[in-house]
Amino acid sequence: MVEQEGFRRYVAHIVLWIGIAIVAFPVYVAIVASTQDNALIANGQMSLLPGGHFFEVYYQTIFVGTSGSTREPVANMMLNSLVMALLIAVGKIAISIISAYGIVYFRFPFRMPIFWIIFITLMLPVEVRIYPTYKIVADLHMLDSYAGLALPLIASATATLLFRQFFMTVPDELLEASRIDGAGPLRFFWDTLLPLSRTNMAALFVILFILGWNQYLWPLLITTRDDMQTIQIGIRKMMTTNDALTEWPIVMATAVLAMLPPVFVVVAMQKLFVRGLVETEK
Amino acid sequence: MANVTLRNVRKTYPGGFEAIKGVNVDVGDGQFCVLVGPSGCGKSTLLRMVAGLETVTGGEIDIGGKVVNQVEPADRDIAMVFQNYALYPHMSVFNNMAYGLRNRGMKEAEIKARVEEAARVLELAPMLDRKPRQLSGGQRQRVAMGRAIVRQPKVFLFDEPLSNLDAKLRIAMRVEIRKLQRRLNTTSIYVTHDQLEAMTLADILVVMNGGQVEQIGNPLAIYEKPATTFVASFIGAPPMNLMSTRPDEIKSQLGGAGDAGILGIRPEDFVITDQTPAGGVALPLTVEAIERVGAETFVYGSRQQDDKRVAATPGELPPGEIIVRIPGSEAPPIGQKIRVAAVRQKLHLFSGDGRTRIEA
Repeated sequence: MVEQEGFRRYVAHIVLWIGIAIVAFPVYVAIVASTQDNALIANGQMSLLPGGHFFEVYYQTIFVGTSGSTREPVANMMLNSLVMALLIAVGKIAISIISAYGIVYFRFPFRMPIFWIIFITLMLPVEVRIYPTYKIVADLHMLDSYAGLALPLIASATATLLFRQFFMTVPDELLEASRIDGAGPLRFFWDTLLPLSRTNMAALFVILFILGWNQYLWPLLITTRDDMQTIQIGIRKMMTTNDALTEWPIVMATAVLAMLPPVFVVVAMQKLFVRGLVETEK
Repeated sequence: MANVTLRNVRKTYPGGFEAIKGVNVDVGDGQFCVLVGPSGCGKSTLLRMVAGLETVTGGEIDIGGKVVNQVEPADRDIAMVFQNYALYPHMSVFNNMAYGLRNRGMKEAEIKARVEEAARVLELAPMLDRKPRQLSGGQRQRVAMGRAIVRQPKVFLFDEPLSNLDAKLRIAMRVEIRKLQRRLNTTSIYVTHDQLEAMTLADILVVMNGGQVEQIGNPLAIYEKPATTFVASFIGAPPMNLMSTRPDEIKSQLGGAGDAGILGIRPEDFVITDQTPAGGVALPLTVEAIERVGAETFVYGSRQQDDKRVAATPGELPPGEIIVRIPGSEAPPIGQKIRVAAVRQKLHLFSGDGRTRIEA
């Protein structure tokens, strides 16, 4: 990095601080609002300093829920979101690493057409195929179930593509050495390819977990029961009240809670994640 | 332990390209066979066919009296050392060597004994817990060798194993490989493009070109009596001087043998002299360049008359240029006209197309 002299350096730092403030301020407001009295917020007299209701608000949010539109405790919503996000992330990785293995290492009829069909599904996100997908899930009686939440989102062309690219950089000699060492296709996959893909899988897990956690449209459609709703849907439902006051501290507390698992995943897997993105050593 | 016999082995790729055009080689038990040739000559393909990594489209490969054309690599009882070593990057040195044994269901105690023995021989004992990336190139090379020897296979296959090492290490490893092979007395096939490696390692040398065998034999016999101009210029550094016998000057000196077509003389067989040995050949040269390497000196000279050489061969000199090797570091100055001569016994005569050797 180029060290700059005096004045110019301060300007640069000020710009950076402004950027951080713009990103961080809404988060700060959410945290502050979740510790205040609802009446104050409703009156438009919200202070920008933390209030004194931290414990009672979070207790109510996590274990009781709002008194209005959805009475589900947020702990349960988080569990639903967590199960869905994990199923999606793990499922996507498992399915796509296997299909990429098939496409890269086996010669079978219609191999390239199959690859292109997988590739084309990139152009069909959930939003585009939502009606047929909903119909199928409904016909299979998977509404209001974890399977219905996760399964339709598991197939992933992106992840398949990513693993395909990675597998193609693995030297052929490793496969040949394995063959001479008496390892069949499954052993090669399990003993060599999977360990080598570890960092890639970690990077993908972070991305896919957050993607799954933040799903909105699909869970909105296929969950009708309150005890199956995810946290993202819960926040939205809490805000819509017909004739009562929106319980803003609880809404904000839920939003803060919704941020925590992705933050936790990123922090915990940061090292592997970065290595997965930049690693060249094979 | 095992002979390796290739009978009329062919490899044709689906596109119709013929990589191996009928090769016959017989490697005796415990012999060290080196396949040498320029890149693209099919030597690696041939080795990979012996390993079972490439299918055989014609002929038979026989290991230890059994035709193995349809046998999986793992069941051929061979071990291979790859050019880039192909070590499993996520496994420790110990596990790299043990992997093949574990897949065969060998008992852990036996595996440990074999790996430790191999590590002792290859001086890898202190590194057994390290990962390949923590090793130097030479050490990785040794691990790759270790992985081969713990298997105690019938045949070792080496695919240019030293080409990723620096020059000094390459020579050291070359000697080690030879010593190891002698001690274990395991039949080995070794692929290289380096003619020096080929000469020093081989019991049997197989010179290949364009998917075909040019000559098979003892390395020194091949050096002394190359069968074709390709072999003549490929084996030996600097390469043999090849010239057309057509110019009257040469033709008259050779007498009846002047009809052969191509005359070859190795650089070290020339002497700088004013005399013409009886039946030999003398050439007037102008010194163009001098290369001193200490113990010997290479003199690059140009012939006076324009001589278009006939055979196009790898490592060939510009037409009319002659290399002369003289011992010591004394050399005539650049620009001086000299006369070099070679005796009759040191002349190599080939037919005009370079495909046949003619004994004068």
